[in-house]
Amino acid sequence: MRALAWHGKHDVRVDTVDDPEILNPRDAIIKVTSTAICGSDLHLYDGYIPTMQAGDILGHEFMGEVVETGPRSTLKKGQRVVVPFTIACGGCYHCGKHQYSACDNANPADNQDIAQTLYGQPMSGLFGYSHMTGGYAGGQAEYVRVPFSDVGPIVIPDGIDDDKVLFLSDILPTGWQAAEFAQIEPGDTVAVWGCGPVGLFCVQSAFLMGAERVIAIDHFPRRLELAAKFGAETLNFEESKTYEALMEMTGGIGPDACIDAVGLEAHGLFVDNVWDQIKVSTFTGTDRTHSIRQAIIACRKGGRVSMPAVYGGFVDKFPLGAFMEKGLTLKTGQTHVQHYLPGLLAAIMEGKIDTTFLISHRMPLSEAPEGYKIFHDHQNDVTKVVLKPGLDRVAA
Amino acid sequence: MADLRDDAPITTSKRSDRIVEASENLLERKGDTLVGRSVTINRPRAELYAYWRDFTNLASFMDNVERVDSIDDITSHWVVKAPGGKTVEWDAAITEERPDELIAWASTEGADVPNSGRIDFRDAGDRGTVVTATILYDPPAGFIGKVIAKVFQREPAIQARRDLRRFKQLMETGEIATAARTRKQFEEETA
Repeated sequence: MRALAWHGKHDVRVDTVDDPEILNPRDAIIKVTSTAICGSDLHLYDGYIPTMQAGDILGHEFMGEVVETGPRSTLKKGQRVVVPFTIACGGCYHCGKHQYSACDNANPADNQDIAQTLYGQPMSGLFGYSHMTGGYAGGQAEYVRVPFSDVGPIVIPDGIDDDKVLFLSDILPTGWQAAEFAQIEPGDTVAVWGCGPVGLFCVQSAFLMGAERVIAIDHFPRRLELAAKFGAETLNFEESKTYEALMEMTGGIGPDACIDAVGLEAHGLFVDNVWDQIKVSTFTGTDRTHSIRQAIIACRKGGRVSMPAVYGGFVDKFPLGAFMEKGLTLKTGQTHVQHYLPGLLAAIMEGKIDTTFLISHRMPLSEAPEGYKIFHDHQNDVTKVVLKPGLDRVAA
Repeated sequence: MADLRDDAPITTSKRSDRIVEASENLLERKGDTLVGRSVTINRPRAELYAYWRDFTNLASFMDNVERVDSIDDITSHWVVKAPGGKTVEWDAAITEERPDELIAWASTEGADVPNSGRIDFRDAGDRGTVVTATILYDPPAGFIGKVIAKVFQREPAIQARRDLRRFKQLMETGEIATAARTRKQFEEETA
């Protein structure tokens, strides 16, 4: 089959590799019909995530058709499914508590050592996201082996277009969980840093959860425009001073909840960002963290900070004093995708949530390297790239 | 000198001399290097005990163990992978057992790797069962010692940790997780 493989920083290629096979009883093989490039894939593309190996197949946002099942899979051939990016077993204590991204078992035993050493406990496996999260081949491919297929994938009723449901795999539940973690109360003002796909879904989710105002912060006009369409007030940090603007927009109180949907590649022209870049390249610090610092400083006293943004290593200049003195609550984590799937699929089918607005580019899988390049280089215009392996099949 | 004793398990002690105390829990002490590791498994105690008590099952989740043959109800024969496709072998006998609670064993005379240990199964309420492995082993000196160290990937603690994770996976999910994509990759990983 054809698959998009990582070969190094800014070097991804469509390789021909062996087709996946059923290896465990609960496996299924999915023939991919749509797969998106995630903002967090750009962290891999930029070489920020350790434990990548040349030849690793990327992609953790995908859906497709079931073509083969193991004896203990509950899926049936021909079903259309969306596959959560978090792989979870369904049988451990954490899965029992619906903390799927903390699954004890989905990450292979030998791989768990890496995260155990770095984080204290290993987390669940993820598709296409380095060997620390299991080393599973990802979904930017024609076919994918999906372990624990009786727990993860959600079956999509006929007649619903891929574009409407593909983002159930990651970014929609991620945005929803982030808003839920912000514990929004009626009348709240919520500030969202980063109007990428997750940030935009945070905006939609925050309003659905009863926020009175949402302030969307970014510097790409196109993305701010999309946030405004959902009713957000916009703050362009190249035009206005973020902290000062947030204080004035909230009558000097600060936002009740702050959501950092930017993460370790915070872009912007800040002195500490440049310093962070130097440290990243010299291995003295892994993560660039401007947005989370700003969120903590701007947040109102006793407020909530939610951090869907991806961080991997250590940070310094974390405003721990402000965090403590103001009595903030911080909640974060990889998304417990399986927990949110039924409710969010229903919301899509009822027309309460629209996800299709996000897709700016549709390309065949063979053009995936170009997809990465334009997503990386033109973040204003390229809001989401969806790869369609079927377009290659039509051409061939 | 102040008494620094605490309630933490002896296997986590920073002091090497406490290994003597650890071995007091074993009826028969074989070996002088201690490994201890606990894992919580979301299954009933009796089920876990029964699977472990049939020693022929152990090769299904112990990476370095090629097979364990049952000689009689208390004695088993172990065949363990060594570098270069070779194996090392020994016999082990159960020294104590309490159904659903404890299995203790020791290698018999002449073992390539003298070893002894115990597996404890304790109820953990709605979290299932805490399984604790305490293993003493004696890496022999000289050339053979080096070979044996490689058998255990130089670090038996790591191996025990991984084996217990695989046991947990098997008991909680019915299979052992693998990230392999093809059967060929899978066979290379488990070889």
